[in-house]
Amino acid sequence: MSYLSLALALVFVVIPIILSFFLKLGLEKDIVIASIRATIQLIIIGYILQFVFDSESTLFMLLMIALIIGAASQNIVRKGKGIPYITVIIIGTLIVIETFSMGTLVLFNIIPFDAQYVIPISGMIIGNCMVLSLLFLDRFKSELNSNEEVIELILSFGGTPKEAVHNTLKSAIKTSMIPTIETQKTVGLVQLPGMMSGLIIGGGDPIEAVMYQLLVLFLIMNTAALASILVGFLSYPFLFNQKLQFLGVQEDTK
Amino acid sequence: MSTIEFKNVSHQDILKNISGQFKSNHITALIGPSGAGKSTTLKHINGLLSPSSGDIYIDNQDIKNIDIIKLRRSIGFAFQSSPMLEGTVYDNLKFPKDLFNESFTKDEAISFLEKVDISSDFIDRPVRKLSGGEKSRIALARTLVNNPDILLLDEITASVDVKIAREIEQLILKNQKEFNLTVIWVTHDLSQAKRVSDDFWYLQNGELMEFGNIDVLNNPKSKALKKFLEGEY
Repeated sequence: MSYLSLALALVFVVIPIILSFFLKLGLEKDIVIASIRATIQLIIIGYILQFVFDSESTLFMLLMIALIIGAASQNIVRKGKGIPYITVIIIGTLIVIETFSMGTLVLFNIIPFDAQYVIPISGMIIGNCMVLSLLFLDRFKSELNSNEEVIELILSFGGTPKEAVHNTLKSAIKTSMIPTIETQKTVGLVQLPGMMSGLIIGGGDPIEAVMYQLLVLFLIMNTAALASILVGFLSYPFLFNQKLQFLGVQEDTK
Repeated sequence: MSTIEFKNVSHQDILKNISGQFKSNHITALIGPSGAGKSTTLKHINGLLSPSSGDIYIDNQDIKNIDIIKLRRSIGFAFQSSPMLEGTVYDNLKFPKDLFNESFTKDEAISFLEKVDISSDFIDRPVRKLSGGEKSRIALARTLVNNPDILLLDEITASVDVKIAREIEQLILKNQKEFNLTVIWVTHDLSQAKRVSDDFWYLQNGELMEFGNIDVLNNPKSKALKKFLEGEY
Protein backbone atom coordinates (compact mmCIF):
# COMPACT_ATOMS: atom_id res chain seq x y z
CA MET A 1 0.00 0.00 0.00
CA SER A 2 1.37 3.41 -0.94
CA TYR A 3 1.29 6.51 1.31
CA LEU A 4 -1.04 8.13 -1.24
CA SER A 5 -3.59 5.29 -0.97
CA LEU A 6 -3.39 5.53 2.82
CA ALA A 7 -3.94 9.29 2.63
CA LEU A 8 -7.01 8.70 0.48
CA ALA A 9 -8.34 6.38 3.19
CA LEU A 10 -8.65 9.48 5.39
CA VAL A 11 -12.02 9.95 3.72
CA PHE A 12 -13.25 7.28 6.16
CA VAL A 13 -12.33 9.61 9.01
CA VAL A 14 -13.78 12.72 7.37
CA ILE A 15 -17.22 11.12 6.93
CA PRO A 16 -17.88 10.52 10.65
CA ILE A 17 -16.57 14.04 11.43
CA ILE A 18 -19.06 15.55 8.98
CA LEU A 19 -21.87 13.36 10.31
CA SER A 20 -21.00 14.26 13.89
CA PHE A 21 -20.99 17.96 13.00
CA PHE A 22 -24.39 17.93 11.26
CA LEU A 23 -26.01 15.68 13.89
CA LYS A 24 -24.44 17.80 16.67
CA LEU A 25 -22.96 14.70 18.34
CA GLY A 26 -20.01 16.75 19.57
CA LEU A 27 -17.58 13.95 18.70
CA GLU A 28 -15.53 15.79 16.04
CA LYS A 29 -12.66 16.63 18.37
CA ASP A 30 -12.52 13.10 19.79
CA ILE A 31 -12.54 11.53 16.32
CA VAL A 32 -9.69 13.80 15.18
CA ILE A 33 -7.66 13.11 18.35
CA ALA A 34 -8.29 9.34 18.12
CA SER A 35 -7.24 9.25 14.45
CA ILE A 36 -4.10 11.34 15.05
CA ARG A 37 -3.13 9.28 18.10
CA ALA A 38 -3.68 5.98 16.26
CA THR A 39 -1.60 7.20 13.31
CA ILE A 40 1.30 8.46 15.44
CA GLN A 41 1.28 5.42 17.77
CA LEU A 42 1.19 2.91 14.94
CA ILE A 43 3.88 4.68 12.88
CA ILE A 44 6.16 4.78 15.94
CA ILE A 45 5.44 1.12 16.67
CA GLY A 46 6.06 0.24 13.02
CA TYR A 47 9.53 1.81 13.09
CA ILE A 48 10.35 0.31 16.50
CA LEU A 49 9.30 -3.15 15.28
CA GLN A 50 11.38 -2.71 12.14
CA PHE A 51 14.37 -1.81 14.32
CA VAL A 52 13.82 -4.75 16.71
CA PHE A 53 13.36 -7.24 13.85
CA ASP A 54 16.48 -5.98 12.06
CA SER A 55 18.58 -6.03 15.24
CA GLU A 56 17.71 -9.69 15.91
CA SER A 57 18.44 -8.92 19.56
CA THR A 58 16.66 -10.89 22.32
CA LEU A 59 17.22 -7.98 24.72
CA PHE A 60 15.33 -5.56 22.46
CA MET A 61 12.59 -8.13 22.05
CA LEU A 62 12.22 -8.47 25.82
CA LEU A 63 12.31 -4.69 26.23
CA MET A 64 9.51 -4.43 23.71
CA ILE A 65 7.43 -6.95 25.68
CA ALA A 66 8.19 -5.04 28.92
CA LEU A 67 6.96 -1.88 27.21
CA ILE A 68 3.71 -3.59 26.19
CA ILE A 69 3.24 -4.89 29.77
CA GLY A 70 3.95 -1.41 31.16
CA ALA A 71 1.41 0.27 28.89
CA ALA A 72 -1.26 -2.37 29.59
CA SER A 73 -0.64 -2.23 33.36
CA GLN A 74 -1.07 1.51 33.42
CA ASN A 75 -4.50 1.17 31.85
CA ILE A 76 -5.64 -1.62 34.17
CA VAL A 77 -4.33 -0.02 37.36
CA ARG A 78 -6.52 3.01 36.73
CA LYS A 79 -9.61 0.77 36.70
CA GLY A 80 -8.42 -1.10 39.80
CA LYS A 81 -8.06 2.05 41.88
CA GLY A 82 -9.26 1.32 45.40
CA ILE A 83 -7.82 -2.19 45.59
CA PRO A 84 -4.58 -2.19 47.61
CA TYR A 85 -1.39 -3.27 45.79
CA ILE A 86 -3.25 -3.42 42.48
CA THR A 87 -0.18 -2.21 40.53
CA VAL A 88 1.99 -5.09 41.76
CA ILE A 89 -0.85 -7.58 41.26
CA ILE A 90 -1.45 -6.48 37.66
CA ILE A 91 2.21 -6.42 36.63
CA GLY A 92 2.73 -9.82 38.30
CA THR A 93 -0.31 -11.29 36.56
CA LEU A 94 0.75 -10.04 33.13
CA ILE A 95 4.31 -11.34 33.58
CA VAL A 96 3.07 -14.76 34.74
CA ILE A 97 0.58 -15.13 31.87
CA GLU A 98 3.03 -13.89 29.23
CA THR A 99 5.81 -16.16 30.50
CA PHE A 100 3.53 -19.17 30.74
CA SER A 101 1.87 -18.66 27.34
CA MET A 102 5.01 -17.75 25.42
CA GLY A 103 7.03 -20.40 27.23
CA THR A 104 4.53 -23.07 26.18
CA LEU A 105 4.43 -21.88 22.56
CA VAL A 106 8.20 -21.74 22.20
CA LEU A 107 9.02 -24.88 24.21
CA PHE A 108 6.62 -27.00 22.17
CA ASN A 109 7.92 -25.46 18.95
CA ILE A 110 4.50 -24.10 18.09
CA ILE A 111 6.14 -20.80 17.11
CA PRO A 112 9.84 -20.01 16.67
CA PHE A 113 11.56 -17.79 19.27
CA ASP A 114 11.74 -14.98 16.80
CA ALA A 115 10.75 -11.32 17.36
CA GLN A 116 8.49 -11.43 14.30
CA TYR A 117 6.32 -14.05 16.05
CA VAL A 118 6.94 -13.37 19.72
CA ILE A 119 6.13 -9.65 19.73
CA PRO A 120 2.78 -9.67 17.87
CA ILE A 121 1.54 -12.74 19.75
CA SER A 122 2.69 -11.23 23.07
CA GLY A 123 0.76 -8.09 22.11
CA MET A 124 -2.35 -10.20 21.60
CA ILE A 125 -1.86 -12.09 24.88
CA ILE A 126 -1.24 -8.97 26.96
CA GLY A 127 -3.89 -6.96 25.14
CA ASN A 128 -6.45 -9.64 25.88
CA CYS A 129 -5.32 -9.81 29.51
CA MET A 130 -5.81 -6.07 29.68
CA VAL A 131 -9.38 -6.20 28.36
CA LEU A 132 -10.26 -9.12 30.63
CA SER A 133 -8.71 -7.48 33.69
CA LEU A 134 -10.58 -4.25 32.95
CA LEU A 135 -13.87 -6.12 32.63
CA PHE A 136 -13.14 -8.15 35.74
CA LEU A 137 -12.14 -5.19 37.93
CA ASP A 138 -15.10 -3.14 36.81
CA ARG A 139 -17.49 -5.93 37.75
CA PHE A 140 -15.63 -6.99 40.89
CA LYS A 141 -15.61 -3.47 42.36
CA SER A 142 -19.26 -2.88 41.65
CA GLU A 143 -20.19 -6.30 43.12
CA LEU A 144 -18.06 -5.65 46.20
CA ASN A 145 -19.90 -2.39 46.77
CA SER A 146 -23.35 -3.86 46.24
CA ASN A 147 -22.64 -7.05 48.23
CA GLU A 148 -21.07 -5.39 51.26
CA GLU A 149 -23.86 -6.60 53.57
CA VAL A 150 -23.61 -10.19 52.30
CA ILE A 151 -19.83 -10.17 52.77
CA GLU A 152 -20.19 -8.85 56.32
CA LEU A 153 -23.03 -11.30 56.97
CA ILE A 154 -20.76 -14.25 56.11
CA LEU A 155 -17.95 -12.80 58.23
CA SER A 156 -20.42 -12.38 61.09
CA PHE A 157 -21.15 -16.14 60.96
CA GLY A 158 -17.45 -16.75 61.47
CA GLY A 159 -16.65 -17.17 57.77
CA THR A 160 -13.20 -16.41 56.38
CA PRO A 161 -12.53 -13.64 53.84
CA LYS A 162 -12.33 -16.31 51.12
CA GLU A 163 -15.76 -17.66 52.06
CA ALA A 164 -17.17 -14.14 52.39
CA VAL A 165 -16.05 -13.03 48.95
CA HIS A 166 -16.43 -16.38 47.13
CA ASN A 167 -19.70 -15.69 45.31
CA THR A 168 -18.76 -12.11 44.46
CA LEU A 169 -15.46 -13.27 43.01
CA LYS A 170 -17.06 -16.14 41.10
CA SER A 171 -19.69 -13.89 39.59
CA ALA A 172 -17.13 -11.26 38.51
CA ILE A 173 -14.84 -13.89 36.95
CA LYS A 174 -17.75 -15.48 35.10
CA THR A 175 -19.11 -12.16 33.83
CA SER A 176 -15.71 -11.02 32.58
CA MET A 177 -15.17 -14.27 30.65
CA ILE A 178 -18.57 -14.42 28.95
CA PRO A 179 -17.73 -11.97 26.08
CA THR A 180 -14.62 -14.02 25.16
CA ILE A 181 -16.57 -17.27 25.12
CA GLU A 182 -19.48 -15.77 23.18
CA THR A 183 -17.15 -14.17 20.61
CA GLN A 184 -15.40 -17.48 20.02
CA LYS A 185 -18.72 -19.22 19.43
CA THR A 186 -19.41 -17.07 16.35
CA VAL A 187 -15.86 -16.53 15.14
CA GLY A 188 -15.51 -16.82 11.38
CA LEU A 189 -19.28 -16.70 10.82
CA VAL A 190 -19.64 -12.93 10.85
CA GLN A 191 -16.16 -11.51 10.64
CA LEU A 192 -12.76 -13.00 10.09
CA PRO A 193 -10.61 -12.37 13.14
CA GLY A 194 -7.80 -9.80 12.97
CA MET A 195 -4.77 -12.02 12.73
CA MET A 196 -6.30 -14.27 10.10
CA SER A 197 -7.48 -11.31 8.02
CA GLY A 198 -4.01 -9.77 8.24
CA LEU A 199 -2.30 -12.92 7.03
CA ILE A 200 -4.76 -13.40 4.17
CA ILE A 201 -4.48 -9.74 3.08
CA GLY A 202 -0.70 -10.13 3.27
CA GLY A 203 -0.96 -12.97 0.73
CA GLY A 204 -0.73 -15.87 3.19
CA ASP A 205 -2.30 -19.29 2.74
CA PRO A 206 -5.85 -19.22 4.25
CA ILE A 207 -5.40 -22.64 5.90
CA GLU A 208 -2.17 -21.55 7.56
CA ALA A 209 -3.91 -18.29 8.53
CA VAL A 210 -6.69 -20.35 10.13
CA MET A 211 -4.13 -22.41 12.06
CA TYR A 212 -2.45 -19.30 13.46
CA GLN A 213 -5.83 -17.80 14.26
CA LEU A 214 -6.89 -20.93 16.14
CA LEU A 215 -3.65 -20.76 18.09
CA VAL A 216 -4.47 -17.18 19.04
CA LEU A 217 -8.07 -18.05 19.95
CA PHE A 218 -6.95 -20.86 22.25
CA LEU A 219 -4.39 -18.56 23.80
CA ILE A 220 -7.04 -15.90 24.30
CA MET A 221 -9.36 -18.37 26.02
CA ASN A 222 -6.55 -19.38 28.33
CA THR A 223 -5.44 -15.83 29.10
CA ALA A 224 -9.06 -14.80 29.67
CA ALA A 225 -9.43 -17.40 32.39
CA LEU A 226 -5.99 -16.82 33.87
CA ALA A 227 -6.21 -13.03 33.88
CA SER A 228 -9.49 -12.72 35.75
CA ILE A 229 -8.77 -15.61 38.12
CA LEU A 230 -5.26 -14.40 38.99
CA VAL A 231 -6.26 -10.76 39.43
CA GLY A 232 -9.25 -11.83 41.53
CA PHE A 233 -7.50 -14.31 43.79
CA LEU A 234 -4.46 -12.11 44.27
CA SER A 235 -6.44 -8.99 45.08
CA TYR A 236 -9.25 -10.16 47.40
CA PRO A 237 -7.01 -10.88 50.45
CA PHE A 238 -6.02 -7.19 50.54
CA LEU A 239 -9.67 -6.21 50.91
CA PHE A 240 -9.62 -7.66 54.44
CA ASN A 241 -7.34 -7.05 57.41
CA GLN A 242 -5.84 -9.56 59.81
CA LYS A 243 -8.81 -9.20 62.14
CA LEU A 244 -10.99 -10.64 59.34
CA GLN A 245 -12.67 -7.28 58.81
CA PHE A 246 -13.85 -6.18 55.38
CA LEU A 247 -12.11 -2.97 54.36
CA GLY A 248 -14.04 -2.58 51.11
CA VAL A 249 -12.86 -0.74 48.04
CA GLN A 250 -10.87 2.25 49.25
CA GLU A 251 -10.91 4.82 46.49
CA ASP A 252 -7.95 6.71 48.00
CA THR A 253 -5.68 3.63 47.80
CA LYS A 254 -2.93 3.58 45.20
CA MET B 1 -24.67 -13.95 80.94
CA SER B 2 -23.39 -11.46 78.42
CA THR B 3 -22.75 -7.98 79.67
CA ILE B 4 -21.13 -5.78 77.07
CA GLU B 5 -19.09 -2.81 78.19
CA PHE B 6 -17.55 -0.02 76.10
CA LYS B 7 -14.63 1.82 77.71
CA ASN B 8 -13.57 5.07 76.02
CA VAL B 9 -14.26 3.63 72.57
CA SER B 10 -13.52 5.84 69.57
CA HIS B 11 -13.59 4.84 65.92
CA GLN B 12 -12.03 7.26 63.42
CA ASP B 13 -14.32 10.30 63.63
CA ILE B 14 -17.50 8.22 63.78
CA LEU B 15 -17.51 7.17 67.45
CA LYS B 16 -16.15 9.55 70.07
CA ASN B 17 -14.98 8.26 73.41
CA ILE B 18 -17.97 6.09 74.19
CA SER B 19 -18.26 4.49 77.61
CA GLY B 20 -21.32 2.54 78.68
CA GLN B 21 -22.82 -0.83 79.30
CA PHE B 22 -25.35 -3.11 77.65
CA LYS B 23 -26.85 -5.22 80.40
CA SER B 24 -26.99 -8.99 80.22
CA ASN B 25 -30.36 -10.46 79.16
CA HIS B 26 -31.74 -7.01 78.49
CA ILE B 27 -32.97 -5.50 75.27
CA THR B 28 -31.27 -2.17 74.68
CA ALA B 29 -32.56 0.13 71.97
CA LEU B 30 -29.84 2.06 70.17
CA ILE B 31 -31.44 5.26 68.99
CA GLY B 32 -30.26 8.48 67.40
CA PRO B 33 -30.34 10.47 64.18
CA SER B 34 -28.91 9.13 60.90
CA GLY B 35 -25.13 9.09 60.92
CA ALA B 36 -24.96 9.03 64.72
CA GLY B 37 -22.80 5.87 64.69
CA LYS B 38 -25.45 3.29 65.64
CA SER B 39 -24.51 0.63 63.06
CA THR B 40 -20.82 1.30 63.68
CA THR B 41 -21.39 0.62 67.38
CA LEU B 42 -23.05 -2.72 66.57
CA LYS B 43 -20.22 -3.78 64.26
CA HIS B 44 -17.70 -3.17 67.05
CA ILE B 45 -19.40 -5.75 69.26
CA ASN B 46 -18.86 -8.70 66.91
CA GLY B 47 -15.51 -7.46 65.64
CA LEU B 48 -16.59 -6.42 62.15
CA LEU B 49 -14.90 -3.15 63.15
CA SER B 50 -12.31 -2.40 65.82
CA PRO B 51 -11.95 0.73 67.94
CA SER B 52 -9.24 3.21 66.97
CA SER B 53 -8.86 3.60 70.73
CA GLY B 54 -10.56 2.20 73.81
CA ASP B 55 -11.70 -1.31 74.69
CA ILE B 56 -14.80 -3.44 74.57
CA TYR B 57 -15.47 -6.14 77.15
CA ILE B 58 -17.92 -9.01 77.14
CA ASP B 59 -18.41 -10.40 80.63
CA ASN B 60 -15.25 -8.55 81.71
CA GLN B 61 -13.16 -10.16 78.97
CA ASP B 62 -11.51 -7.83 76.49
CA ILE B 63 -12.83 -8.92 73.08
CA LYS B 64 -9.32 -8.43 71.67
CA ASN B 65 -8.40 -11.55 73.63
CA ILE B 66 -11.30 -13.64 72.33
CA ASP B 67 -10.76 -15.68 69.16
CA ILE B 68 -12.54 -13.67 66.48
CA ILE B 69 -14.32 -16.67 64.95
CA LYS B 70 -15.52 -17.83 68.37
CA LEU B 71 -16.68 -14.29 69.18
CA ARG B 72 -18.63 -13.96 65.94
CA ARG B 73 -20.25 -17.37 66.30
CA SER B 74 -21.52 -16.41 69.75
CA ILE B 75 -23.20 -13.27 68.42
CA GLY B 76 -26.13 -13.16 65.99
CA PHE B 77 -26.16 -10.17 63.65
CA ALA B 78 -29.28 -9.31 61.64
CA PHE B 79 -28.63 -6.75 58.91
CA GLN B 80 -31.01 -4.04 57.80
CA SER B 81 -31.79 -5.45 54.34
CA SER B 82 -32.00 -9.10 55.52
CA PRO B 83 -29.50 -10.18 52.85
CA MET B 84 -30.12 -13.68 51.59
CA LEU B 85 -27.61 -16.07 50.09
CA GLU B 86 -28.43 -17.77 46.80
CA GLY B 87 -30.46 -20.96 47.10
CA THR B 88 -33.32 -22.11 49.27
CA VAL B 89 -34.48 -21.25 52.78
CA TYR B 90 -32.74 -24.43 53.98
CA ASP B 91 -29.49 -23.40 52.26
CA ASN B 92 -29.65 -20.12 54.16
CA LEU B 93 -30.44 -21.65 57.53
CA LYS B 94 -27.68 -24.24 57.33
CA PHE B 95 -25.10 -21.81 55.96
CA PRO B 96 -23.67 -20.85 59.40
CA LYS B 97 -23.17 -24.59 60.07
CA ASP B 98 -21.87 -25.39 56.56
CA LEU B 99 -19.02 -22.93 57.11
CA PHE B 100 -17.68 -25.26 59.80
CA ASN B 101 -18.72 -28.56 58.19
CA GLU B 102 -21.23 -29.12 60.97
CA SER B 103 -24.35 -31.10 60.20
CA PHE B 104 -27.70 -29.38 60.24
CA THR B 105 -30.67 -31.49 59.21
CA LYS B 106 -33.85 -30.27 57.60
CA ASP B 107 -35.72 -31.15 60.78
CA GLU B 108 -33.39 -28.92 62.79
CA ALA B 109 -33.84 -26.16 60.22
CA ILE B 110 -37.64 -26.54 60.46
CA SER B 111 -37.43 -26.16 64.24
CA PHE B 112 -35.77 -22.77 63.67
CA LEU B 113 -38.46 -21.80 61.17
CA GLU B 114 -41.03 -22.53 63.88
CA LYS B 115 -39.27 -20.08 66.18
CA VAL B 116 -40.08 -17.32 63.70
CA ASP B 117 -43.58 -18.57 62.89
CA ILE B 118 -42.77 -19.74 59.38
CA SER B 119 -44.38 -22.91 58.08
CA SER B 120 -42.17 -25.94 57.37
CA ASP B 121 -43.44 -25.78 53.74
CA PHE B 122 -40.98 -22.94 53.20
CA ILE B 123 -37.91 -25.08 53.82
CA ASP B 124 -37.20 -25.83 50.13
CA ARG B 125 -38.48 -22.53 48.78
CA PRO B 126 -35.97 -20.46 46.78
CA VAL B 127 -35.23 -17.26 48.70
CA ARG B 128 -35.84 -15.13 45.60
CA LYS B 129 -39.54 -16.00 45.93
CA LEU B 130 -39.82 -14.68 49.50
CA SER B 131 -41.55 -11.46 50.51
CA GLY B 132 -39.74 -8.79 52.52
CA GLY B 133 -41.42 -9.89 55.76
CA GLU B 134 -40.57 -13.55 55.15
CA LYS B 135 -36.95 -12.64 54.47
CA SER B 136 -36.77 -10.67 57.74
CA ARG B 137 -38.08 -13.67 59.71
CA ILE B 138 -35.76 -16.13 57.99
CA ALA B 139 -32.81 -13.79 58.51
CA LEU B 140 -33.77 -13.71 62.19
CA ALA B 141 -34.02 -17.52 62.34
CA ARG B 142 -30.61 -17.74 60.66
CA THR B 143 -29.01 -15.56 63.34
CA LEU B 144 -30.29 -18.00 65.98
CA VAL B 145 -28.80 -21.10 64.35
CA ASN B 146 -25.46 -20.75 66.16
CA ASN B 147 -27.30 -20.43 69.51
CA PRO B 148 -25.89 -16.96 70.18
CA ASP B 149 -25.73 -15.26 73.58
CA ILE B 150 -26.01 -11.83 72.02
CA LEU B 151 -28.28 -10.62 69.24
CA LEU B 152 -27.48 -7.48 67.27
CA LEU B 153 -30.35 -6.10 65.22
CA ASP B 154 -29.74 -3.32 62.70
CA GLU B 155 -33.06 -1.67 61.80
CA ILE B 156 -34.50 -5.03 60.84
CA THR B 157 -38.07 -3.79 60.58
CA ALA B 158 -37.25 -0.65 58.60
CA SER B 159 -38.41 -2.05 55.28
CA VAL B 160 -41.50 -4.00 56.33
CA ASP B 161 -45.00 -2.74 56.99
CA VAL B 162 -46.30 -1.95 60.48
CA LYS B 163 -48.20 -5.23 60.93
CA ILE B 164 -45.19 -7.37 60.04
CA ALA B 165 -42.90 -5.16 62.11
CA ARG B 166 -45.12 -5.82 65.16
CA GLU B 167 -45.06 -9.56 64.49
CA ILE B 168 -41.26 -9.53 64.24
CA GLU B 169 -41.06 -7.58 67.50
CA GLN B 170 -43.08 -10.29 69.21
CA LEU B 171 -40.85 -13.00 67.76
CA ILE B 172 -37.75 -11.28 69.07
CA LEU B 173 -39.27 -10.79 72.51
CA LYS B 174 -40.27 -14.47 72.60
CA ASN B 175 -36.82 -15.69 71.50
CA GLN B 176 -35.02 -13.25 73.78
CA LYS B 177 -36.81 -14.77 76.76
CA GLU B 178 -36.42 -18.35 75.55
CA PHE B 179 -32.67 -18.08 74.93
CA ASN B 180 -31.80 -15.42 77.57
CA LEU B 181 -30.35 -13.23 74.88
CA THR B 182 -28.70 -9.88 75.33
CA VAL B 183 -30.23 -7.86 72.51
CA ILE B 184 -29.02 -4.57 71.07
CA TRP B 185 -31.57 -3.20 68.70
CA VAL B 186 -30.86 -0.28 66.40
CA THR B 187 -34.13 1.36 65.53
CA HIS B 188 -35.27 4.74 64.28
CA ASP B 189 -38.78 3.97 65.46
CA LEU B 190 -39.12 5.49 68.93
CA SER B 191 -42.45 3.85 69.66
CA GLN B 192 -40.88 0.49 68.80
CA ALA B 193 -37.97 1.25 71.12
CA LYS B 194 -40.42 1.97 73.94
CA ARG B 195 -42.44 -1.18 73.24
CA VAL B 196 -39.61 -3.66 73.12
CA SER B 197 -36.68 -2.37 75.16
CA ASP B 198 -35.59 -2.46 78.76
CA ASP B 199 -32.87 0.14 78.24
CA PHE B 200 -31.72 2.65 75.66
CA TRP B 201 -28.57 4.34 74.40
CA TYR B 202 -28.94 7.66 72.64
CA LEU B 203 -26.13 8.44 70.20
CA GLN B 204 -25.63 11.72 68.38
CA ASN B 205 -22.66 12.65 66.16
CA GLY B 206 -20.77 9.65 67.48
CA GLU B 207 -21.23 10.60 71.13
CA LEU B 208 -23.24 8.71 73.72
CA MET B 209 -25.41 11.56 74.93
CA GLU B 210 -27.67 9.66 77.32
CA PHE B 211 -28.46 6.11 78.36
CA GLY B 212 -30.50 4.28 80.97
CA ASN B 213 -33.84 2.64 81.55
CA ILE B 214 -36.27 3.00 78.66
CA ASP B 215 -38.70 4.91 80.91
CA VAL B 216 -36.22 7.79 80.87
CA LEU B 217 -37.40 8.48 77.32
CA ASN B 218 -40.59 9.82 78.91
CA ASN B 219 -38.53 12.30 80.91
CA PRO B 220 -35.13 12.83 79.23
CA LYS B 221 -32.35 14.69 81.03
CA SER B 222 -30.23 15.93 78.15
CA LYS B 223 -31.34 18.70 75.82
CA ALA B 224 -30.08 16.70 72.85
CA LEU B 225 -32.36 13.75 73.60
CA LYS B 226 -35.28 16.07 74.30
CA LYS B 227 -34.81 17.69 70.89
CA PHE B 228 -34.48 14.27 69.23
CA LEU B 229 -37.68 13.05 70.84
CA GLU B 230 -39.42 16.17 69.66
CA GLY B 231 -38.31 15.30 66.14
CA GLU B 232 -35.81 18.10 65.67
CA TYR B 233 -33.06 15.92 64.13
